[in-house]
Amino acid sequence: MAKTKEISIGDMGARASAYQDELQGEDMALNVGPSHPTTHGVLRLLMELDGDLITKCEPVIGYLHRGDEKIAENMTYNQFVPYTDRLDYIAPLANNVTYAMAVEKLAGLEVPPRCAAIRLLVTELARISSHLLGVGVYGMDAGAWTPFMYTFTEREKLYTLFEELTGARFTTSYTRIGGVARDIPEGWLKRVSDFCDQHLPILEETTNLLTRNRIFMDRTEGVGVISQEDALAYGITGPNLRATGVDLDLRKDRPYLGYDQYEFDVPVGTTGDCYDRYLIRAEEIRQSIRIIRQVIKSFPDGAWYAEDAKKIYKPPKGKVLTSMEELIQNFMIVTEGPRMPEGEVYFEAENPKGILGFFVVSKGGGVPYRLKIRSPSFCNLSILPKICPGLYLTDITVVLGSLDFVMGDCDR
Amino acid sequence: MNALIESLQPRFEGLEPRKSSDHPAVQCPADLILPLIECLRDEFEYNLLSDVTAIDWSEEESPRFSVVYHLYSVKEARYIRVVTNCVDDENPSVASIVALFPGANWHERETFDMFGIRFEGHPDLRRILMWDEYPYYPLRKEFPLAGIETELPDSEIGEETKAKVLPAPMMGGPFVSKSGAPMSKAEPRAKDQSWTEWQKKTSLEDGGEDK
Repeated sequence: MAKTKEISIGDMGARASAYQDELQGEDMALNVGPSHPTTHGVLRLLMELDGDLITKCEPVIGYLHRGDEKIAENMTYNQFVPYTDRLDYIAPLANNVTYAMAVEKLAGLEVPPRCAAIRLLVTELARISSHLLGVGVYGMDAGAWTPFMYTFTEREKLYTLFEELTGARFTTSYTRIGGVARDIPEGWLKRVSDFCDQHLPILEETTNLLTRNRIFMDRTEGVGVISQEDALAYGITGPNLRATGVDLDLRKDRPYLGYDQYEFDVPVGTTGDCYDRYLIRAEEIRQSIRIIRQVIKSFPDGAWYAEDAKKIYKPPKGKVLTSMEELIQNFMIVTEGPRMPEGEVYFEAENPKGILGFFVVSKGGGVPYRLKIRSPSFCNLSILPKICPGLYLTDITVVLGSLDFVMGDCDR
Repeated sequence: MNALIESLQPRFEGLEPRKSSDHPAVQCPADLILPLIECLRDEFEYNLLSDVTAIDWSEEESPRFSVVYHLYSVKEARYIRVVTNCVDDENPSVASIVALFPGANWHERETFDMFGIRFEGHPDLRRILMWDEYPYYPLRKEFPLAGIETELPDSEIGEETKAKVLPAPMMGGPFVSKSGAPMSKAEPRAKDQSWTEWQKKTSLEDGGEDK
């Protein structure tokens, strides 16, 4: 056996510092992604490191760019609904509703209370589903496996509810311009209510695993702090903005779908660090359940599509076969799409990830002239070059998890 | 809300109310965009820049490009839309507002990427969604829906693999027709068949080899 040379502690220290001197002034470039478990999609972070410390961070997006806006400008308004599923694919129902409402604002359509209640219900369910994933995967990014298992099980139950309602678990395409695709099935409200009842104790159990978890707290408290001024200047919205203490929630500030009829609180953070962002999401799930219970209690009867949407909906099949007028109308809607008035509208709604906005320019006719999607993840990610310098490389996973973005939403 | 626009008008020459279906909107001359947005931010508390985008009014129109800003006031819970036309149709450009809202950085990069509008004074105007050497501006109206045949971003890999970026096949694609066209042209069909399909079709008509 070869004789090993004994090295004193002093020697090792000298060697280490000599090695450090050699590398002094040299930053190391490191790519995280495009495909990496913590990038939550196809995101590349081009970073410069000084040892373990990040000195520069440059996000590279666009790997998932599908040209959704170009597609929208080449098809009728209703045809674009399935494409909105693929934006924030963690909460497709919320995207469907926001898009439909933007176009209805252009058309000047008013949906009846039952339709609004259905839409509000599915938006809140989508919020729960999105935040469950946000919290669960965030925990996993910080090294906690169990919460992820719990939240995924709960999300599966929600997906079963979505399947009953829309016919699809993931890509729901539920709304239409002026209404929803179909009425709620019988007994569905009871099952939603049952879900809420059984979900609350599980949610408590899940969040208890994280909220007072020493490791989770140490990894998230004081990490990735976003100041109020920065958050506003960068256009950050949603839970990420509210964690900094700005009380901006469009459900309260510019109520739509009758949000002003229901009681709920908007959780607001104080420090804007990763821990606060987690707390806000956990609390928002509870508030959503509170809203859902109130909606179910006072669920209105009546039509689930706008009566004055005759120009938009296809006439009933029986009338198409018997009446010339209806046949012509059916033909026009199928070939050219529902006619919209000229105008420009901008509609924004509070989606799980932040504020989703649609800017629609119409020159009349059945096709939007310009449709711009203002996606929350795009703005939320743009702050990374600002907050990352000064963090350690291991903090990146936590910061990315806490921002809760979806690349499909970011790149569109 | 018109009061806001009226109070702004004496200070910004050429500022006009713009037709809008919902939020108040102003049409601003291109050289006043920076002071106007600064004024809206500091004096009228529009402290959240929601969106920056552009509209291409097609090749025949002049001015061709409009840049659209949406600002939101957190305190008052209201929006304003600011629209400005780019002066030059061939090489459109507008002053950058990154100095006022750092969040405009990515929005302006995206608008540059998609429309080719230059933002003067932008600290880092590069493409953001397409790759750096991409030669076209996809959201311009003359750009076909299917896309255009392009070299790969890395030409060396392209040469070695003989690979190219091909237009997407549009056959059986979204059945769309141009609104306002005569009925004969309004039959449902794939809106713009891609170049490859068109080539195949013509060679068939000429009695070509492709069968």
